[in-house]
Amino acid sequence: MSAERLAVHGLGLKAGEFKLYGIDLSATGGEYLVLLGPTGAGKTVLLEAIAGLRRPTGGRILLDGRDITSTAPERRGIGFLYQDHALFPHLTVAENIAFGLRARRIPRDEVRTRVKEIAHLLRIEGILPRRPGSLSGGEKQRVGLGRALAIAPRLLLLDEPLSALDPETREGLQGELLRVHRSLRTTTVHVTHDFEEAISLGDRMAVMDRGTIVQEGRSEEVFRRPASPFVARFVGARNVFSGIVTGEAGEAVFSIDGTEIVTVTEIRGPAHLSIRPEEILISRAALRSSARNCLPGRIIEIADRGTVVYVTVDVPPEFTCAVTRRSLAEMDLRVGMEVFISFKASAVHVFKGG
Amino acid sequence: MRAFGMKAGFALLGGALLLFIAWPLARTIFSSSPTGLWETILDPQVRGAIGLTFYASAIATVIALLTGVPLAYLLARHDFPGKGLIEGLIDIPIVVPHTAVGIALLLVFGRSGALGKAFGAIGVRFVSSVPGIVIAMLFVSMPFLVNAARDGFAGVDIRLERAARTLGAGPWTAFRRVALPLAGRSILSGTILMWARGLSEFGAIVILAYHPMVAPVLLYQRFESYGLDYARPVAVWIILSSLAVFVALRTVAGRRKG
Repeated sequence: MSAERLAVHGLGLKAGEFKLYGIDLSATGGEYLVLLGPTGAGKTVLLEAIAGLRRPTGGRILLDGRDITSTAPERRGIGFLYQDHALFPHLTVAENIAFGLRARRIPRDEVRTRVKEIAHLLRIEGILPRRPGSLSGGEKQRVGLGRALAIAPRLLLLDEPLSALDPETREGLQGELLRVHRSLRTTTVHVTHDFEEAISLGDRMAVMDRGTIVQEGRSEEVFRRPASPFVARFVGARNVFSGIVTGEAGEAVFSIDGTEIVTVTEIRGPAHLSIRPEEILISRAALRSSARNCLPGRIIEIADRGTVVYVTVDVPPEFTCAVTRRSLAEMDLRVGMEVFISFKASAVHVFKGG
Repeated sequence: MRAFGMKAGFALLGGALLLFIAWPLARTIFSSSPTGLWETILDPQVRGAIGLTFYASAIATVIALLTGVPLAYLLARHDFPGKGLIEGLIDIPIVVPHTAVGIALLLVFGRSGALGKAFGAIGVRFVSSVPGIVIAMLFVSMPFLVNAARDGFAGVDIRLERAARTLGAGPWTAFRRVALPLAGRSILSGTILMWARGLSEFGAIVILAYHPMVAPVLLYQRFESYGLDYARPVAVWIILSSLAVFVALRTVAGRRKG
């Protein structure tokens, strides 16, 4: 583990009606931290505060151990990418990427070399002379990323960089983010409201709700042990596992610690899998049905969440299944009982991640 | 059919208004004989007055650019108590009768006014002088530039400047390299409007500085002293020169868009 790069202690901030309070957050050098939370949780405001664009009312922000709470944004060396990229429309792609270098009064030759390097890294050499107005969403985001990376930032802040893109572009750019992070190891804080994106990208995640951080930890830990009903609702009550996909074209087998799950995916190799709790059926005996997956397990927990009841079945791994109160009563499900869980191969969602 | 009927009705009404503007202008321009026009333009007093008008309005516009653009930026970017009051103050010159503006300026910049005395100490006089013409034009036409610049800055996404700041640009660099170029078109069109509005000023100038004569004052003087026939060719030259410069500037401004 490298030293602590970013540390936020007890940060508070007021922005109009909006309030952040008691924010503690840290990221080690080279880490990819995901800040996850619903819309309106204050994620963007927090990023802007870290970048120095908003003045906190209390608390401290440390970068490499140095207090930067009242340092001007231009002296922090923190790269920032807004959700809708915020490219300078009056400048070409090359000029956008060069902006930070020119502001630092770096000699022209050096700027040109650096812009070329960045363009090569992000595969945007072909669009350097163009203006942002004529670019696609994915291209704009690459340019925005390149512009932020050009200054070799000590910390990179990404504000929902993928959410304005169509699904296909989004997947491509997500892979790109991982590839770039692997090659540069820039410490990154990535904001998103998308749970799968968080799992795919982050080493660790911090969950935010209504102006403060409600849980911080390794991604698996956060969804296995949600610290509050909110986190449970937002991330917890889902089945997300890591494993390896093998198989021929079309049908694939996803192996998690010896348990094999049939899925439909083109992805091969290490990946993640998710199944919505509502997609899983529980039965007392093995089912003969069109569902390709039928696994035996033992009920280890029954959690009543009001409208639905979440039943956790240890196969292993532990699957969370949603049943209605009525089914629970009719089937007389209890902790310790041996049951079967069934779900269709098409209900299994497989996605790549770090 | 009903949509067509409405369109035709609107076109008719609008056409009447356009005719109302175009007819008198055209009538004036085409009513003077070429020889009369030629003689008029050879008159050094006419040429001097038109030149002075353009020059004084340009100076007023430069002053407004240096002071009004920063003000416009503050108004577009910040909220502070009394902001509504300031915005109201900027619009006042549009509604106050310009002869009243002339009186008000005379009270402050006149020989016994506070600023008049202060500037008098360094040898600058406002009554019956070019500086007087300049401040009269500045007062009445400043709102056009400030309002256009403010709208221009307001139209620039603040996050662009924030992004510039994170990239290492100080507030001044972010303003100069991001906000200013992006608001440039609005500022340019405000500049042209203000300058053109300054050219046509009469009321405030006639009170503060009847002499040296700007074109509108000269026209008034010719009309009062010699009647319509002598005033007409002067009016033609004023209209033509204003139109020519206005069209030229608009063309240049339009070309910069690409």
